[in-house]
Amino acid sequence: MKYIKMLSCAALMTGASYGSVFAGCGIESGRISILANDFPALHAVVSKAEECAGGAVTFAKNHTAKHQELQGPALTANPAEYTAKIVTNGSIVPLLTDGLLRPLDDLVAKHGQSLGKNQLITIDGKVMAVAFMANAQHLVVRQDILDKVGKPIPATYEEVLETAEAIRAAGIMKYPFAMLTKADWNLGEEVVNMYLGHGGEFFTPGTAEASVNNAKGVATLEMLKALMEYSNPDFLTYNTGAVAPLWESGELAMAEMWGSSMGGLLDDEGSTPEVVNNTVPANAPTVGGGSNPASTLWWDGFSIAKNISDEDAEATFIALVNGVSAEMVKANNDKAVWLMDAYVPGKSAEGVSMVASAGAEPYPMLPYMGLLHGAFVAEVPDYLQGNESAEQTLADIEAAYTAAAQEKGFLK
Amino acid sequence: MVLFIALPIASVVVQSLFVQHEQVMIEVENCGPFKCETVIQADPDATAALRQSAPLGKYNALKTYTNRNHLAFDELSNIWSTSKTLFGFVSGVYNLPFYKALFFTLTYTFLVAPSVLILGLFIALGVNRLPQIVKGPTIFASLLPMIVTPLIGSLILFWMVDADGIIGATLQLIFDNPDLSLKASAPLTWIMLIIYGIWHSTPFAFVVFYAGLQTVPSDTLEAAQIDGASRWQRVRFVIVPYMMPLAIFILLMQLMDGLRVFEPIVGFSASAKATSLSWIIFNDLFGNAKLYGSAAATSMLTIIFVCIILTPVLIRTWRDFNRKGI
Repeated sequence: MKYIKMLSCAALMTGASYGSVFAGCGIESGRISILANDFPALHAVVSKAEECAGGAVTFAKNHTAKHQELQGPALTANPAEYTAKIVTNGSIVPLLTDGLLRPLDDLVAKHGQSLGKNQLITIDGKVMAVAFMANAQHLVVRQDILDKVGKPIPATYEEVLETAEAIRAAGIMKYPFAMLTKADWNLGEEVVNMYLGHGGEFFTPGTAEASVNNAKGVATLEMLKALMEYSNPDFLTYNTGAVAPLWESGELAMAEMWGSSMGGLLDDEGSTPEVVNNTVPANAPTVGGGSNPASTLWWDGFSIAKNISDEDAEATFIALVNGVSAEMVKANNDKAVWLMDAYVPGKSAEGVSMVASAGAEPYPMLPYMGLLHGAFVAEVPDYLQGNESAEQTLADIEAAYTAAAQEKGFLK
Repeated sequence: MVLFIALPIASVVVQSLFVQHEQVMIEVENCGPFKCETVIQADPDATAALRQSAPLGKYNALKTYTNRNHLAFDELSNIWSTSKTLFGFVSGVYNLPFYKALFFTLTYTFLVAPSVLILGLFIALGVNRLPQIVKGPTIFASLLPMIVTPLIGSLILFWMVDADGIIGATLQLIFDNPDLSLKASAPLTWIMLIIYGIWHSTPFAFVVFYAGLQTVPSDTLEAAQIDGASRWQRVRFVIVPYMMPLAIFILLMQLMDGLRVFEPIVGFSASAKATSLSWIIFNDLFGNAKLYGSAAATSMLTIIFVCIILTPVLIRTWRDFNRKGI
């Protein structure tokens, strides 16, 4: 309600001072309506885009953690409820599978001069989204504790194990390590990271058949289990919301966390100077002699709905290009690892930049990857709790995936 | 009845018989900020055409019911033929997601329902004996667990049993074991969920029994007292038989509630250790991979189990009802 009032106030003021046709950014009219996830970096982008509202340009936004639930039905409607969706390389997949996004090539050519080539997400040669920020999981360490046990920042997970053992042996902490292992999407992501770190392939090339029941799969599970020896026994309930406070209260020496959490760990809220000053973001470790960090790269970007008028699409595109402008980056430099040229990487971005430059794989943009991810979540906790062998778990994963993929029509 | 019960169930039955169309896959080259790669991807136009011609999806008969994520007939016969001991067979079956969930759901139901019944009766008897002045506040306080939304109640308890929480830390102190964690071990998680279930549902049994107690004829009770019946005998031979219809009613409600246990599993983040039938349905419908057919099949199986378990109770109620009718 407050927002509507503000909007109409703004509209009135613009109308009064500039006449009724002209609004900011040079859009004359159109409907802009943005659906996005709910965290500060996206608020910054969408709020900047909102500056284009006014006059005959209507603007609406919806920041919600349930964006993935809404996006399908909302963009299927004609005209679509939202003209734009802020997507990631994970959440764009169902929209592509259902053909709900419009190619942006003509709009990029017309209005996208300020966008970098690396920001354009092309699928089958057509630009389907414009990325503006990157995220990845990487290691974060407490320098003072590593100094106490005389160890360098671990570069491999094998070294993480050694260092954790040294910290435990020195009697500093019994459980010095944590990663995001809550038995939901989080744990699946850790399995994906570790498996890619071992150089594994999730599917038989050219098909949707899962192929994780192999030596790399076994090594992945064994490494996760070995790491969990040094993580609190509550590890199956650990998500960012659980691990970040543990870190800030000084109960951890090493943790694998999202780059987007670093800002919170490195600010002066919620923790002591001793912890904050010694918190150092590091690269994601490699594993099993592999050369790529055991982490996946993620991007966030915007895409435009198919079922809207060309006029609305153009207005939305211009507004969002304004949303990711250099001006926005300068005002919000430390809120994310931005992909725009204006970005000056700070300490909180070091981890993600290291992961990206060390050649980590992007999270697979495959329509059936979500099903395999779900199978990891369903079956891996059994193994981590010591109820069954790694081979059995991997066989279960493939069986659970196959049943789901058959139902979704990816497998016969 | 038709609009709100029969039609939804009929639609779920129909849904459970269909799966999605086979996806038409094409090879495409994707480029992002990090690299380019060739992947196979669903062709939206071709899939849309298929969907247009048969919007419900591909007819799959009962195959969704029998696949690994549900009744798993093939896997069951496989486990039966390969396992040498009964224990091997049981643990093989327990490894299948549907049976795992079913096992927890039934354990939960059959432990929570009787406990609630007995505890509710004793609390009602106790409160009934309280002096008038404290009765009101006691009844109000006893009802609180039922008033709290299940998800919120379980979240509050979840934080309390944390190693740094008041219950978790106290338990560590009592058992003198700094590693004791209710969240980490499967048996303790089950016990925690079951105790939570009892805590949450007992007020319902209590309030129904308490209302019933007010209607127990006092002359019968006095007659029993004159005959020299002890307090226990009065409860056993007068009050309990009198309130039997109420007990059956509460049992019925508790069995139904237990079979749809869901919120505590989410609230306690317990899905790694305990899953229920409702949780499986939720999991199928959550996130990107929406398995409508799978969720519908689990829903139907849940309805069938509810019917099987409630039948004895319902038959008894029906008989009682008929007897009284005559």
